[in-house]
This record gives sequence, C-alpha cells and structure tokens, in this order.
Amino acid sequence: MPRSLWPWTAVLVVLAVMAAVPSLFTGIDPDAADLNAPLHPPSAEHWLGTDQNGRDLYARIVYGARPSLLIGTGAVLLALAAGVVIGVAAAQLGRVADQVLSRSLDVVLSVPGLLLVFLVVAVLGPGSGTAAVGLAVVSMPGFARVARSEVIRLRSAQYVEAAHGFGWSRAQVVARHVLPNAAGPVLALATVSLGAMIVASSSLSFVGLGPRPPTAEWGAMLSDSREFLALAWWPAVFPGVAITVAVLAVTFVGQHLNRRVEGRLS
Amino acid sequence: MTPAGGGPLVAVRDLTVRFPTRHGVVEAVRGVSFRVDRGQVVAIVGESGSGKSVTARSLVGLAGEGARVGAAELAFDGADLRQVRGRAWRALRGRRVGFVLQDALGSLDPLRRVGAEVAEPLRAHRIVPGRQVDAEVVRLLGEAGIPAPESRARQYPHQLSGGLRQRALIASALAARPDLLIADEPTTALDATVQRQVLALLRERVGDGTAVLLISHDLGVVAEIADHVYVMKDGRFVEDGPAAAVLESPSHPHTKTLVGAVAGHARGARPGRVSPSAPEAAGTAREVLRAEGLVKRYTLPGRGEFTAVEDVSVTVGAGETLGVVGESGSGKTTLGRLLMGLLEPDAGRVLLDGRPWDGLRGPERRAARRGVQMIYQHPLSSFDPRYTARQILEEPLRADRTPREERDRRVALLLEHVGLAPDVLGRRARELSGGQRQRLAIARALAPGPQVIVCDEPVSALDASIQAQVLDVLEDVQERLGVAYVFVSHDLGVIRRLSHRVVVMKDGRVVESGEMEKVFDHPEHPYTKALIDAVPRFSSRFRRVPGGRA
Repeated sequence: MPRSLWPWTAVLVVLAVMAAVPSLFTGIDPDAADLNAPLHPPSAEHWLGTDQNGRDLYARIVYGARPSLLIGTGAVLLALAAGVVIGVAAAQLGRVADQVLSRSLDVVLSVPGLLLVFLVVAVLGPGSGTAAVGLAVVSMPGFARVARSEVIRLRSAQYVEAAHGFGWSRAQVVARHVLPNAAGPVLALATVSLGAMIVASSSLSFVGLGPRPPTAEWGAMLSDSREFLALAWWPAVFPGVAITVAVLAVTFVGQHLNRRVEGRLS
Repeated sequence: MTPAGGGPLVAVRDLTVRFPTRHGVVEAVRGVSFRVDRGQVVAIVGESGSGKSVTARSLVGLAGEGARVGAAELAFDGADLRQVRGRAWRALRGRRVGFVLQDALGSLDPLRRVGAEVAEPLRAHRIVPGRQVDAEVVRLLGEAGIPAPESRARQYPHQLSGGLRQRALIASALAARPDLLIADEPTTALDATVQRQVLALLRERVGDGTAVLLISHDLGVVAEIADHVYVMKDGRFVEDGPAAAVLESPSHPHTKTLVGAVAGHARGARPGRVSPSAPEAAGTAREVLRAEGLVKRYTLPGRGEFTAVEDVSVTVGAGETLGVVGESGSGKTTLGRLLMGLLEPDAGRVLLDGRPWDGLRGPERRAARRGVQMIYQHPLSSFDPRYTARQILEEPLRADRTPREERDRRVALLLEHVGLAPDVLGRRARELSGGQRQRLAIARALAPGPQVIVCDEPVSALDASIQAQVLDVLEDVQERLGVAYVFVSHDLGVIRRLSHRVVVMKDGRVVESGEMEKVFDHPEHPYTKALIDAVPRFSSRFRRVPGGRA
C-alpha cells in the first residue's frame, strides 16, 4: 500500500471502531440536552460546540457513525448478495430464465432510483433497515448485470472448458472457477458503490426517511442545522466534514484495492 | 530529405537499448551493428525476447517507453537518427519507413474501414492529391494481391481473413512508397498457402528497390526471401552472413539449434517410431476413438447457416497419433471439441472406447470426459489465473477424489514425465516460460489418465527450438504411456514429425486421409498438393541435409 494511503486507512479503522464502540471516544451522552447551552460555539467543554438543543456535537458525531455508515454498508451487502444470485442464475439457467431475469432488472432500472427508494420506504415505514433495503433494491441491478456478464465471459474460458473435462459437475465448475474469477469486478463495483451509498443514506436521513429522531445520524444532523445556519456554522460544518472524510476514505482505499485486484488478474 | 545515392540505406554501429525498471536496468540490445542496402532483404532471426524487435523499432524511434537508445552510429539514408526528436520522426515514419506488424488485427483500427486505414499515410504525407486518394487506395490494395479491392476497401478489419488483413497492412505500409519496410514477424500468424502469397508480395517490392528489414523467428520464412541474415541471442548478434551460408552451414551453436529445430520437422524424423512395433505398422491397434459422419452447423446472424464440420469420420487407435491438417477456418477446432463431447453434433456420433457420447448422461458422462483431454494453443488461458502449478496439476486428481498422499506422488510423476523441475510447483502459470507452460499443460492433460489427448495447435505459439522440445515431450509421453493424440495443426512440418496417420480438412470436409508417408509423399487431392508445395523452400532444402542435429 502506498504511503499516501496510510492516513485514509487510519481514518477507516477509527471510523470502524467508532461505529462499533462509540463510548471509547467520548463519555458524553449524545442525547443529553442542555437547554441552557443551545448553539454554543466550539470550546474546551464542547469540542465541536452544541446544537440547537444544547447536545454535544462531538458526541453526536461519534455516536452517529454507526447508523450513518451501517445503512450504506448494509445496502451494499444486500445488493451484492441479491445481485450475484440473480446474475449467476440469469447466466446459468438457460435462455428463458435469462430473458425473464434480465428484463425484470431492466424494469427496476427504468424506474427513477429516488422514486423507488421512496416507494420502498413508504411501504415498509421509515427507519434504518428500510432505508438500507430501499437503497439495495435500487443498486442491485448493477451488481446483477456485472455478475451475469462476468459469468457469461468465464463460461467460455478455456480453463472452465478444461475443468469440465476433469469430470466436475456444472455446479462444481461454477464454484471452483467461475465465481472466484468473477469476484474481482463485482467486488470492485461494491467498493465504488460504498461511498455513493453512504452519501445516499445521509440524503435519506436528511429528508427524514432514515433512523427516527433523536438518533444521532450525520445526514439528520445536517438537516437540523439548516434553520440555524445564520446563527451557527458548526452544527452544519462538522457533520458535513464527517460524511466527506468517511466517503473519501472509503473511496481511496477501495480504489487501491481495485487496482490490486486488477493487477493480480491481468 | 534528398536521397543520398551511394551509401547504405541504414547503418547501425554499436546500438544499445536499455530499459530502466524498478529492479534495475534491463539491457535488451547490447551493442549490435548492421547495415541495410537499397533493394536488399536483411533478416534478424532470434527467439522471442532476443531483442530483435527492439532493434528494428529503434530505427523509427519506437523502441518503447523509457527506452535509452545509444549508438556510435545510427543513420538512415545519411541522416543521423540520434539527432531526430519529436516531430521529425513523423516525417520518417510512414513516409520513408513503413512498418508491418505480426498481429494485423491488433494494428488495424477495428472501427475504421480498411480503405481509410490505407488512405491514412497518403493523406498524412500528402502523397497524392486529395481527389485521387480513393483510386490510389484501390490500386494499392489490388497490388497487394487483394481480390475485388473496391469492395474490400469498404469493409472492416474483422470482415477480412487473416491473410487479407496482413495484405491490407502491407498495402498501408507501402502506400507512401517508403525506402525501407520493417516487417516484424509478418507471416507468423498465417497459414502456409497465405504465408507464401505474403512472402511473394514482399519479394516483389524488393524488385522495386524497397529495402526490407525482416524480423522473424521462422527460419523457413527467412530462407525464402532474405539476402543477409543476422542471428540474435540475448541482445547480441552471434552470427551473420549471406542467408544461404548461415542457414546451410551455421557456425554458432545457437544458430545450429534454430536450424536443427526446423530441419527436425522437415525431415519427418520420428526417432524410435520406425520400429515395426509402431501401432500403424502392426495394424492391430485397438480403436479408442471413432467419429462417424459428424456434422456441425452454426446459424449465422441474418445470413443462414455455416457448416463447420460436414460428414467427417475418423478413427484413432490406442497409442497412435492422428494428424489433422488444414488452414484456419477448416473446422479443425470444431472437430476437436466434438470428439471431446464438449459440443453436440447435429448428425453423426462419437464413440469413446466403443461407447457413444450421446448415450451417456450425468455422472457417467462426466466420468467418461476424463478419457479425452485437451491441450490448447495458448496454455496460459487454459489455466485458472489464480492457481499455482501445483493447484493446476492437482485439480484433475481432486476431481476423482484421489487421496492426498497419492496426489503428491502422482504430481511428482507427472512433472517427471514432462521434464519439469519440482520448483515450478509454487509458481503461477504466468510466471513460467512459454515452453514450461506447455509442458505443464501436457502434464495436466495426462493427470486424469486419458486414452486420447486432443492437441489444438499446441506448438504454433512457440519458438522453433522450444517447439522441438515440446514435441519431444509429446513423443516421449506417448511411448511411455501409450496415449493416443489427435494432433490439430496448420504446420505441416509438425504434423509430419508426429503423426502416424493424417486427415486433411478443407471447408469442414475431409479431402484426403491415410498413412502419413503416403499422404505427404504421394498426395492425391489438389488441395493437399497445394499445401505441401506452399511450405517455404527452406524445408525442402533441408530435407537433403544429412545428419542434422544429433
């Protein structure tokens, strides 16, 4: 790993620990309101200031890491799992299955993403889980298409043909050669999508379709800060910085991993 | 630039090319000197990696990214190439020096019509007035031996056969009537008859006064047209002289190896095979593979059907080699896949050991597959890129649940059969040399204990001396294990050396078949005769040389 990526890797590790055990980073209760200290600027007592309800912004950003990152990550994992299953099925189960599955994916893709997320959330009710499911539904066709085309490409590879000659069954050949070699491009798409999904989940929270208040979540915090922007800059800037830094770290490290995978295969 | 008359067209003294890499400097060319005169064909011969291409490319400033080119003299028509920078190269390239590369499909833009490709140098260097370009393109294509040049000019590269593409590329390189034509392996990818036409075209240009610098690993090609030959090894010239002298009485051991490798094919020598116990002589070989009336058709998008294999019947006896000869597109590869049970024929059937493929289903069919294995032209793409050599060899053994200790023993035995050292086991296939890869492919094909191995052009991507080694391994394995080969190749020398019986295919049909000696010495079908005549004359010249390589 190049030296320039070390700081971003460190950021990822810190964010992961923050999401797992937020109490390591702060002793302050993120939901404790101090009505005598609304919109205090950053100080020794409140490192990043307080919000309109007098809650400590640093504590809220620390505790907000889990919901903010988990929705995006969960959405990518769900989309990856469903997409690979559908893509492999389309490529392996014959022409009729391929037609049915591929056209269904086209239908999903033809509906505007935002509309589809709203639809899912409206049907299932707002919350972290439904936000993740909604985002997964929107991004799943991409994974399915990449998985399908990779499997079709590998199906006619000579080493797959040779493996049939050793007497493996079709399922064994897929498990031994097709899936592992298709993994690279699919995982590359996953790491690229992760950054976008984190932004998208913050956006959902921003419009009130994420976790229910008073849960600390970066997008929701941004939304809360809007009304007081003329009075206080810190409730808007710090959650924004948190989202930006998290997305940059995920993207840079992800791109590096992709290049490693490509270099290994070519 | 004015032609400077008397002196040599190209004069090179003490040329070195270095490539700085992370692991130190690689010296690709280590002080070579040569000259090319007008109207002369000069050949640089060597195995891949010997530095021959880099040497030729240095003449047009295309030695490669980061290359450090040094020379005591590097002159083209009296002009010092060491002083040429940036834009000045462009006046040279395409205008005064034409370039023909091995892979015509790779050097033609797939999105441009062939005519546009040929027109490019005409327009770039304003050779003819704009309005006459189209007519000139048609003239050039026709001169390069392309039939119906008007309609071909409007087609895309993928619509042309390999030979036509190569001719279009030569037409493009010759468009600006250059003084020097650099031809880097111009015929390596071509079949014998096409190769002959391309060589004739090059020879014709020499008659016009164009000098040719020919880069090749194929001594047959060199003998056909070169005046002067330089033999290159590890960045140095080890021998040079008039073509006839170098090829007929080589002095350097490396040249002898190269010559011996080709001569070995041409003589049809099959040491250890002439004994009366050879299966074809005994006539009692048990039949292991039989194909009856095979037909395979493909539907083309929009344009009806294409028959790849039409009514083909062949038999293969135990321990015997059946050579399948034919040009690309003659259905050789499809036949191989039908025999392996990887394709279903539209008519006819294939019997392995008396049992037809189409009578086998599920696990039975999978078990039967182990009886027919395949060796591919490009071994690298037949190995899972994630696998080490050990994993590659173990895979067929795992497939029939061979226990661990037994696997280790068998892997060691397989390596011994193909002459590979055990230290390759930890490496991945792409870290092995071309020859090692093909040995590994042979070992893997042997692992399931097959009765028949289908070899699809197994040596055509290898250098001549490596070819000879791999063919030795194949012969050796056959003698030890009694495995039968279906040996598919367009290279008559290779077929002649390995086969007991031969079938000749053209357009999906078998046009001639029989004992190897009979087919080669007394060909009956006109197509077989044409194929045998088309082999560059080097081979016939060497058939008379006694002894050859010990």
